[in-house]
Formats: sequence, C-alpha cells, structure tokens
Amino acid sequence: MPQVTFIEHNGTAHTVEAELGKSLMEAAVGNAVPGIDADCGGACACATCHVFVEPEWEAKTGARTEAESAMLNFAAEVKPNSRLSCQIPVTAELEGLVVRMPEGQH
Amino acid sequence: MNDAPFPTGQLESEPFSLPLDKLDPGQPLLFKNQEHYPYFARLRAEDPVHYTAESQFGPYWSITRYNDIMAVDSNNKVFSSAAELGGITIRDRRPEVRRESFIAMDAPRHDEQRKAVSPIVAPQNLAMMEVGIRERTIKVLESLPRGEMFNWVEKVSIELTTQMLATLFDFPFEDRRKLTYWSDVATADLAAGLVKSEEEREEILADCLTYFTRLWNERINADMRPDLISMMAHAEATRHMTPDQFLGNLILLIVGGNDTTRNSMSGGLWALSQNPDQYQKLIDNPALIDSMVPEIIRYQTPLSHMRRTALEDHEVGGKLIKKGDKVVMWYCSGNRDDSAIENPNAFIIDRKRPRQHLSFGFGIHRCVGNRLAEMQLKILWEEILKRFPKIEVHGTPKRVLSSFVHGIEELNVVIPA
Repeated sequence: MPQVTFIEHNGTAHTVEAELGKSLMEAAVGNAVPGIDADCGGACACATCHVFVEPEWEAKTGARTEAESAMLNFAAEVKPNSRLSCQIPVTAELEGLVVRMPEGQH
Repeated sequence: MNDAPFPTGQLESEPFSLPLDKLDPGQPLLFKNQEHYPYFARLRAEDPVHYTAESQFGPYWSITRYNDIMAVDSNNKVFSSAAELGGITIRDRRPEVRRESFIAMDAPRHDEQRKAVSPIVAPQNLAMMEVGIRERTIKVLESLPRGEMFNWVEKVSIELTTQMLATLFDFPFEDRRKLTYWSDVATADLAAGLVKSEEEREEILADCLTYFTRLWNERINADMRPDLISMMAHAEATRHMTPDQFLGNLILLIVGGNDTTRNSMSGGLWALSQNPDQYQKLIDNPALIDSMVPEIIRYQTPLSHMRRTALEDHEVGGKLIKKGDKVVMWYCSGNRDDSAIENPNAFIIDRKRPRQHLSFGFGIHRCVGNRLAEMQLKILWEEILKRFPKIEVHGTPKRVLSSFVHGIEELNVVIPA
C-alpha cells in the first residue's frame, strides 16, 4: 500500500498507508487524520475534504472533475492546486504523495 | 424513550392504514404535533419516492431516503432552486411575491452572489468571532433566573441567535429583536396567525427593506467593513441588486442565521432531557460536545425540507419525475433512514460519524453558515456545563405550525438554584 502524507495547517504531518482503490479521503478518515471532515462521505457534495496537492504530484493525482470544481468554488482559500480528496483514487503511483490541508473545512 | 420512533405515541392507524396514494406527509399540522415521523417511516419502507397528487400545496414528489436526497440535492442541473419556478419550499408563493435570493437561484448567478457573503463564515473569520460569541453567551447565561421557570426559547435560543445575527450585519444592537420578528414573519404559515395575509406579510417585510436600505446607503459609500451589508454593497455581484433581490437575500440571511440555530439550541436541550442517560454521559465527559453538536443538528433537523423543481424528465429511485414537477427532499426523513444511519431514531451524543446527516443539505446550496452554527452550539454547551447543574425541562415543547421550519416556540425549564 502506498504511503501518503497529510500536512495539517499548523504543519503537523501524518504519514499513513493508503489502501489501493479507495480514495485519498478514506485514507485520511480511516487513519484518523484530523482536518478532513468528509461530511458527505465521499459523494463530492460538500467540499469538506479539501486538500492542496503539492505541485509535483498534480500529474499523478489527475485533474478536477466538473462537479468537483463546482463544489470547490465555495470552499475557503481555494487555490489552483485545490482538490477534494474524496475524488482522488489511491493508486500505486501515489507512493510518497504529499498534500496539505486548509485552515478549516467549510 | 430512546428507541421510540414515534415521539407522540400517535402512530396509530392513519399513516399506515391510508391508501398510499392519499399519503400527504407535507401537512404542517403533522409537524406541529410531531406526527410526521411515522408517515415518513412508511414511505421509506413502501414508497420512498412518493407522489402526492392532491394537497394544500398542490401535487408534489417526496424524496424520503438518505441516498436519494443526496442524489437530488447534488444534481442542480436537473433540479432547480429558481424563485420563478417556486423556489425552495413546498409552498408556492404567488408569482408577484416570489423573491429571488441566492438560495432560490441557480448557477452561475447563485455562485457569484453566495461568494459575496461567504467569507464572513470562512474558517479564519470564525476563529476571530469565537471570543465575542463566548462573551455574549456567558452574559446571557449569567442573566438567567435560577430556581424559577422560564421559556428557554425566548431567553436563550432567540437571544443568542439574534445577537449573533446583529453582529454579522453590524445591525443596531438595541433593535435586534426586529430581526427575529422579520424572520418569523417571512416564514410564518398564515394559519399560525402571526400574519393574517400575504399583503400583511409584504407590508412588514417592506419595513425590513426600508430599515436595511438605510444601512446599505450608509455603507455603500463608506470603506469596506467585514459585515454582511457592507460585503454585499461592495461586491460586484451584489451591489447592483434590485431592492427586491436585496430583500430576498436579507430574508435568506436572517432566516438562515436565526431560525435554524435557534431551533437547534432549543431542540438540543429537549433531546437531552428526553434522554437522561445521554445528558449524564455529557456531564461526565464534556469533551463529547464535539460529537453531540452535529447529533443535535441531525436529530432536530431545523429545516424539515428543501424543494426543487425538475428542469427535465429524470428518474429517481425508479420513478420518473417529469419536467416541471415539484420535488421535496425531506431531510427530516433522510436523517431517520436506517439504511444510512445506524439506529437513527435514537439520540446518541457519541456517534462514530455524527456529521453524516442531511440537515445542512448537500451540493452547491449546502448551508453556508454550517460551521458558524456548530461553533455557536459548541460554545453554548461548553458554558452551560461550566456553570449549571442539570437543567430541568417541564412539560413538552410548543412547536411551530410548519413543514419547512422545524421550530420550537416554547420550552419551559428550571435551572436549579
């Protein structure tokens, strides 16, 4: 299973094993990483699993979908590298992935 | 009591013996009497996407299961919120009094207007507001009578939410109860008596517009400040609104920030009083406030539904909804759906995934103030537990006549001296 790292807004890093085929959000929630709320449970319907993908990883995490952009449109502090982690499937290619979290999920 | 799905004991025959096609779960009286739960229990089991051909609100679809509600709420391309089609409530207001606001508007205009005000409830701003909310909460709690009965709704729930709203609008503090009044007038069922006709409602809301227009005029020419009126006056998407759109957005913000949190403040205390084991668990471990807050919001479901209008034919749960049909998503039902939430009729303050509920809606219209509401409730319960023994609730709550606002008007309590 690939190891991925979530960095909280305050700088605290959490490296967890992410199960292949699940979403990055599920890897965070399943490992009790604080700061990923995921209120809708992974349906791309709430924007509370917002992460910033480190630039060098963007090619491997893929691009936002239209529905994802529509939800991110209302998140706080959206940046070009903002993604909803429930929309990023965990693949072997993501070994070593680093994502950062916003100050809060809204 | 904990597992009782039908709180009033009036589950008898009617909701289960009526022919299915006569089942009309949207009747306001059912909600006032808390008799709506068995209607929705039957629909979830027998006819989860249900068509009522005749009702006081005309024909409408009821979406009753969690996952179907999520699907409709997320599909804003097919299911419109537009005011001109009837907006977001089961009741179609007369065309001449239908009013736009960003909740009753589709993309892209919705997006632009919502973004004008949403920074006020962004995480950074919430952190800045926390101290003020705590100070106001402490002041209200310290002023409460001890050892004598009073109405919790009036002295706590209304007072705190109205103070919050006055702060967000930077509204003259001494006039803040006008906000409560306008909120109640905007949503009142005519049969409830607060206003007797649509004309009377419009007259009172015209006063609201006049009052706020004065504030707008002061602020549009002043420097930008972080209050909701200044934010709308200075944002490109909202500064050219018609007076009617301004009033629409004001009502949205007033009702959204007022009625909903108010009823969770009252409903939470009621739920705890009905579940003494949970109240004791909370007193023993105040850290459970974090998971109790979303549980209160789920259990109360302060807005029973949101409505959409289909823009094209679309299948939901095996039923074909036709273009132009009215579609009511019953959040109060989805929040009691045991296929999505374990033991959903029980109030459990330490659920594993308490935020998995529909009360804020999902998709692009999801409640903009959700995190603020949670923070207000969290602070309220933190400060209650710091200073009061168990609050005694007397009698049963007096409920609002509405199938939209799931409200409590009166909840009599005694704080032991």
